[in-house]
Amino acid sequence: MSGRYLTMSDKSEVLIIGAGVVGCAIARELAKYKIETVLLEKENDVCSGVSKGNSGVLHTGIYYKKGSLKAKLCVEGRLMFPELAKQLDVPLNLCGKYVIARTDEELKDLEDLKAVGEGNGVKGLPIISGKEMKKREPNIDALYALHSPVAGIFPPYLFTIALAENALNNGVKIHVNTEVTAIKQENSGYKVTTNQGVFYTDIIVNSAGLYADKISAMIGLDNYKQYPCRGEYLILDKNCHNLINSMIYPVPPKVAGVLGVHLTPTLDGNILIGPSAEFISEREDTRTTKEKVQQLIEGAKDLFPSIPLKEIIYGFSSVRNKITPPEEKTSRDFIIQEDAENFVNLVGMESPGLTASPAIAKLVVQMIKRKVDLNEKSDFDPVRKRTVSFSEASRIEQAALIKEDADYGEIVCRCEHVSKREVVDALNNPFSSRSISAVKYRTRAGMGRCHGGFCLPRIVEILKEEYGLLPEEIKLKNLHSPLFVGKTKDLREIKKNE
Amino acid sequence: MSDLESRDVDLVVIGAGPAGLAAAISAKKNGVNDLILLERNNWLGGILPQCIHDGFGLEVFQEPLTGPEYAQRYIDKLKDLKIPCFLNSMVLEVTSKKEVFVASPEGLFCFRAKAIILAMGCRERTRGQICIPGSRPAGVYTAGVVQNLINLKNVMVGRDVVILGSGDIGLIMARRLTLEGAKVHAVVEIMPHTNGLPRNVQQCLIDYDIPLLLSHTVTEINGLNRVESVTISPVDKNLKPIKGKEKRIPCDTLLLSIGLIPENDLSKACGVELSSVTAGAIVHENLETTVPGVFACGNVLHVHDVVDFVTLEAEKAGKSAAEYVLGKSRKVDRIRVEAGDGIRYVLPQSICTDADLELSSRVVCPGEGVSIGFFDGEKLVKTKKFVKVHPAQMIKVKLKKSEIIAVKTLKVEVLQK
Repeated sequence: MSGRYLTMSDKSEVLIIGAGVVGCAIARELAKYKIETVLLEKENDVCSGVSKGNSGVLHTGIYYKKGSLKAKLCVEGRLMFPELAKQLDVPLNLCGKYVIARTDEELKDLEDLKAVGEGNGVKGLPIISGKEMKKREPNIDALYALHSPVAGIFPPYLFTIALAENALNNGVKIHVNTEVTAIKQENSGYKVTTNQGVFYTDIIVNSAGLYADKISAMIGLDNYKQYPCRGEYLILDKNCHNLINSMIYPVPPKVAGVLGVHLTPTLDGNILIGPSAEFISEREDTRTTKEKVQQLIEGAKDLFPSIPLKEIIYGFSSVRNKITPPEEKTSRDFIIQEDAENFVNLVGMESPGLTASPAIAKLVVQMIKRKVDLNEKSDFDPVRKRTVSFSEASRIEQAALIKEDADYGEIVCRCEHVSKREVVDALNNPFSSRSISAVKYRTRAGMGRCHGGFCLPRIVEILKEEYGLLPEEIKLKNLHSPLFVGKTKDLREIKKNE
Repeated sequence: MSDLESRDVDLVVIGAGPAGLAAAISAKKNGVNDLILLERNNWLGGILPQCIHDGFGLEVFQEPLTGPEYAQRYIDKLKDLKIPCFLNSMVLEVTSKKEVFVASPEGLFCFRAKAIILAMGCRERTRGQICIPGSRPAGVYTAGVVQNLINLKNVMVGRDVVILGSGDIGLIMARRLTLEGAKVHAVVEIMPHTNGLPRNVQQCLIDYDIPLLLSHTVTEINGLNRVESVTISPVDKNLKPIKGKEKRIPCDTLLLSIGLIPENDLSKACGVELSSVTAGAIVHENLETTVPGVFACGNVLHVHDVVDFVTLEAEKAGKSAAEYVLGKSRKVDRIRVEAGDGIRYVLPQSICTDADLELSSRVVCPGEGVSIGFFDGEKLVKTKKFVKVHPAQMIKVKLKKSEIIAVKTLKVEVLQK
């Protein structure tokens, strides 16, 4: 892709770096005000980092030290979620969670968690007996369990995409495939150089997640040390949907603030096992490993002895940007501060960043308010509608959908019953992200048990026929992940010319 | 006012691959006039049109045909018999009341069937299901998907290829990729023997000098965005990789041919009981499942190595379904059939003993000069000797009524030499 021609309109008042959940939440919050906002993302789509690779849990706030930003923003963010999910049309299920104790010592840990939670203003955290637990979750053996009924689950990628779309609809400019390479203070603002050209801005918000330290270093803040920590997950088939009703957590293992391998039901009926927590040297290294897969299996069996491991359909991992060194037991707090004039820095945005994101956005906007006049827009539209999901519709609704558009009746993904119309809707996303991943995270095509075996050739066909892409232009995820070398017979030509 | 159209029908056949085509034709020939064939693709023949190599039809037609040619013979018959067939029609659900919900661009339909033939075929096992560690770049494909992409979509997946698994599709694709100009660096097989037919090993690997690494597996996939290499390792006799013996093979593509799984998601939902060994339905000798009036045949029942056997099995299912629809099914007593030592499975799992029948079976290990015994308790009822047996090759044994009429139980075992 060649560089875009940049005009004076690329001068913004606020420039946000990183379109993960935090960056998108800030963009959407700023969209409520009369201020020129630009959001830059180095990947091919929004939500391409750790925001998409996590448990998708709405946390209660029982783990974080009283008075910490994590505690405060987690509790505030959670309370904002139900309304926000409704506005943005993102599914949310407050299914609750249990932290289970298998020994009397662990009961003490439950009591500690309960006390921390209550200190953070979370009410209604009963500790129930193992017998009661068995009634509620027949597959789980526990001596005691701490119940957090307000914890919930939601698809983090749909939420992040929704935030970005709503921000965009309300005037925020979003550029994907735009990687910041240098930042220079100029006059009272900043000159931001990217692989796509130069942007000028008054205020920078650094929400670059895993790369927050690198962005900080570009303006000379080189004191941030990050400890990349990889979390691996396994996914069980949807036909496991009735095996657990709530999230099942162990007592936290007291290492760098990790929560331990837990079981999370998803809204789509899968069960997530994970994450592991492994400090690694290369932040790009999102491998899965034999050792951790084994550890996840052990951890899952520990919580749910008869868990059907033959139903594993996939494994994935993502890398968290911890600022807590591995040797510390509890996790360090979020850093959200103006580190240099007009440079709002967000470092160490790990769990509970997803839950806290709406509250983080409010906090950042408060900080910006102290610097510039922010006047509310009268025409901010908080509502964003998701495109239709065929599989979620009733049979009668499905019949009506097909009548409306025959493409709803052409099923492209056999596992998740995603129609051609939904694939096209996803490919028409406002960020022009036309990869297989962009379709997958928006529609679930490819997330099922056949893992793309059925839908991949069909999506390829749609990209060729309806978007005019050449085979070599079709990407799995980012611009560097081509699926094909070309048409058949091309390879012989290519080799001849070499 | 509802847009959901529903209608009664005597027989619904789900899937128009080789099994569904043969089953529908057979049902019609045996007297079912009110039947429909449902196919989710916009073509007939299932996987056959992408199988452009030959070797199909040796059993049924005594001549070597390509996949498309084999399919065409049945498509022509289907048309001659005027059997209604719905393309682009995805069955969303089959209920225990035998209601079949179908989505197609024409609309959403509900067919209330008297009888159903399950002929949905199988899908490929994926990387995730066997938890191959490593990164998740572009360039990791299952072999059947690549066959589809190359032969039907005419796109080329890569230039330097490693294939994991020596199943037939993997072998066929090793040759196909070579012919398209790619370099196949190795076919890696965890077992000490191949999983494909011997003829395919000869014609697809040996004839093209493609190395076959037995007792090896892929232990890691490397490359952030596109595959850059795979790490392979020899395995010990417990199939565990041997530490320190790993080797990296630079490549941009990994093809997986690591097994096929009968597609029984619909069957499960309508209450059909499945075998944990075949992952297909448990059936009687007439190929009826544990749900009366629901029949299964082809790869959805058990994975076949030769399409001709799929056809023959499906013809039987079509005939049985016709008998059911026409009220001609016999009320019979049945006995169970079990797989004993050395036998992975036997199909059907339950039989009536007052007629000739044929059992399909697979052995656990390859062997030469192997005898298979059929026992009623301790009593040996019949033995059958094979020059060569291989897990990849289905064994078929005919049992005469006279041999089994007095039998109370039946167990099939490989006899010790």
